[in-house]
Amino acid sequence: MITTNNLSKRYHTTQVLTIENLSIPKGQSFGLVGNNGAGKTTFFSLLLDLIKPSTGGITNNTILVHKSEAWKPFTSSFIDENFLIGYLTAEEYFYFIGDLRKQNKADIDDLINTFKDFFNDEILGKKKYLRDLSKGNQKKVGIVAALIGNPKVIILDEPFANLDPTTQIRLKQIIKTLTKQQDTTVLISSHDLTHVTDVCERIVVLEKGNIVKDLITNAETLKDLENHFSKQVII
Amino acid sequence: MIKEFISLEWKQHFRSSYWQKNLALNIFLMFFALWISLSFLGLGVGLYPLLKNLYPEQDPFILVNGYLFYWLIGDLMLRFFLQKLPVMSVKPLLILPIKRNVIIHYVLGKSSLSFFNFLPFFIIIPFSVILVNNGYNVSTVLSWDLTLLVTVWMLNFVNFIIENLSAKTTASFLPIASLVGALYLLNSFNIISFTDIISQGILHISNHLALIIMPLLILSILYYCNFRILKNNLFLDSTLKSKVQEVNASSLEWTKRFGDIAPFLQLDLKLIWRNKRTKSMVMLLVFGVLYGLIFYPNPAYKDLEYFYSFIGVFSTGFFLINFGQFIPAWDSSYYKMLMSQNIKYTQYLKSKHTLMVISVVVLFLLTSPYVYFGWKILLVNFACAIYNIGVNTHIIMYGGAFNRKKINLDKRAAFNYQGTGAVQWLIGIPLMAFPMLIFGFTNWFINFEVAVAVLIVLGVLGIVLHEKLMHIISHKYKSYKYKMISAFSQEH
Repeated sequence: MITTNNLSKRYHTTQVLTIENLSIPKGQSFGLVGNNGAGKTTFFSLLLDLIKPSTGGITNNTILVHKSEAWKPFTSSFIDENFLIGYLTAEEYFYFIGDLRKQNKADIDDLINTFKDFFNDEILGKKKYLRDLSKGNQKKVGIVAALIGNPKVIILDEPFANLDPTTQIRLKQIIKTLTKQQDTTVLISSHDLTHVTDVCERIVVLEKGNIVKDLITNAETLKDLENHFSKQVII
Repeated sequence: MIKEFISLEWKQHFRSSYWQKNLALNIFLMFFALWISLSFLGLGVGLYPLLKNLYPEQDPFILVNGYLFYWLIGDLMLRFFLQKLPVMSVKPLLILPIKRNVIIHYVLGKSSLSFFNFLPFFIIIPFSVILVNNGYNVSTVLSWDLTLLVTVWMLNFVNFIIENLSAKTTASFLPIASLVGALYLLNSFNIISFTDIISQGILHISNHLALIIMPLLILSILYYCNFRILKNNLFLDSTLKSKVQEVNASSLEWTKRFGDIAPFLQLDLKLIWRNKRTKSMVMLLVFGVLYGLIFYPNPAYKDLEYFYSFIGVFSTGFFLINFGQFIPAWDSSYYKMLMSQNIKYTQYLKSKHTLMVISVVVLFLLTSPYVYFGWKILLVNFACAIYNIGVNTHIIMYGGAFNRKKINLDKRAAFNYQGTGAVQWLIGIPLMAFPMLIFGFTNWFINFEVAVAVLIVLGVLGIVLHEKLMHIISHKYKSYKYKMISAFSQEH
C-alpha cells in the first residue's frame, strides 16, 4: 500500500530522515517508535505531503504523494490539535469533515453513534466549542474524525498520549477491529512500547532518521524493544 | 533582568518568519514612519508662522493651547485603533523565578517607549524653539514641554485602560467612540468647555511649575490602575485561560444552494460569527458605510470627483479589505488539516470570493442612499463596486498567497492583538489608491462619464476572466503550500 523510494528529508545540512526502502502492505497495522527527534512526525508529514521530500518520494497506493493529490480521498489522519477547528462543536466538525469526504449527515450520525462509549458522554451534545474541550477530549474528536469516510489508510501520531486509561484500552480495540478485515492500513507512532506492541503487527524503530529495527510482533517483541531502548541509557 | 527581556523581545521579533519574509513591508513601514515624522517636523516648524499669518492679532501660544483638547481626543482615538499594549508572550515566563511585578513593570515601561509617544514631540519641540526665539519666557516654555510630556504618557496609559475595558465587549470600538463623542459634544455645545479647562490648566502649570505635581499624580494613578489590571490578568485561570462559551448554533441550510463551496461558506460564516476578532470587524462595517457622511455634505469636496472614487472603493470594499487581506491566515491554525483533506484550492478560495462579492453588493446597496447628495455619487459607487468585485477581490486573494503570519483565533480577546495595527491599513492603500489614480486621471484628461466607464470596464473584465484568474491564484497558493504550512505552524 505504502512504499518509500530513496526517501530523505534534509533541513539545510542536517539529514533528519533517510528511509530508502520501506514497504507497508495493505491492511497492516504499522507502529513507529523512536525517541524524540527520531523522525516519526517528519515521516508522517511527508506521507501527508505537508513537507517536501529532499530526495525520493512516497507512493500511497501507487500514487506519488507529492506529485498528485489522488491519495487524499482514501487517506485520513490526525497529527495534533492543529487539525481541529476551534470554533466548531464536535458534531459540526464531524459534519464538516464528512462534507469534505463526501459523506452525508446520516452516515456521520451513524458513525458517531458507534463511538458513544468512546466519547464517554463528555463531547456529544454538550454545546461546547472544540477550543474549550480538554486536551484528551480534543484528541478523541480528532481520532474519530480520522475514521470518517471509510479511509483505506489512517495515520495517527501519538494517539495514546493524553488519553485516560479507559480510553486507551478502547482505542486499542478500535484499531484492532479496523485492521482485522485486512482492509485498512493503520500507521501509528507512539512512545509507549506496551501500547504499540499490543496493537501493531509490525514495529519499526527509528533512530536519528534511520530505520534500526524492523520487527514482526510476537511474544518477544516487547522485551526486545525494551532492551533496545535501555541499552541507550547505559551507554 | 531587563536585559534578558530585551534580548527575548529582540529574538522574538527578528527570528520570526514574518520579519524575514516581509522585509520589504517592514522597510516600507519604516519609510512610512520616517515620512510621518518629517511631516510632523514640518508642521512643528511651520506652526508658529502659520498661526501668525492666519490670526495676526492673537497669541499663537494661546491659540495652540486652545486646540490641545482636540489633539487629546484625536490622539486617544488614533491610539485606540493603532497602538496595542506590548504584552510579551508572558505565559512561559510565569513559571520562571521572575517576580510578577517585574514582568508588569517591564511591559508598561516598554509601552511608554512607543512611537506614538514620540510623535507629538516632532511638533512640540520645534514649536517651542521658535517660541523661545520670539521672546517667550524660557522657563514657561520648558514647563509647557514638560507638562505635555506628562500628558502624552497619561494618554498612553488611559488608552490601555480603555482597551482593556473594551476587550470584554463585542463591539470593542463602542466605548472609545462614545467617550470621545461625549467629550466632543459636551465641549462643542459648551456644556463643559474642555477646550478652556485644558488650555487654562496647561497654561497655569506652565507658569507655576510646582503644579506639575497634579498631572504627575494623575499619571501615577493611571500607571497604578494599569498595573493592577495587568496583575489581575496575569494568571493562568483568568486572561490566559479560556472561558467556556455556550454555542449558538444555526444550521445555515441556505448555503447549500451554493453547491460544492457550501461547506467552506458555512465554515467561513461560523469563523466570522464565533470569534471576537472577526465579529468586531463586522461591527466596524457601520463605520465603513457612514464614512461618506464625513465628505459628501462638505462643500469643500463638492467638485473633487476623484475623491468620490476613493470613498466609493473604501465604503463598498470595507469588508473585502479587512477580511480579504487575512486570507488564508484566518484558517492558519488548522491549515495542515485542510491541506491533508481532499479539497480543491479553487473551492476553498471561491467560498472566500463569494463572501467578499456578497459583501460588496450589500455595502453598495447600503451606501446607495447617498444619491441624496447627487447622482454622480451613486454612479461612482456603482463603478467602484464593480471594480471591487472584478479586480480587488482577485488582487487581495493573490496577495494572500504571500501571507505568512498566523492568526490564533483561539487566543483570548484581552491579549489578542495579532495582525491588527498600522500594517492592516497599509495593505489597503494600493487597493484604494490605484482605482483613484485611474479615475482621477481619466476624469482630468477626458471627462467624468469616461472615468466611470473605465472603472466599470476594468471590473467587468475581471469578472469575465474570473475562472482564469482563480486558476492563476490557486496555482500560486499551491506553489507556496509548504512555505505556508511551515509559517502557519509558528506561533509568532
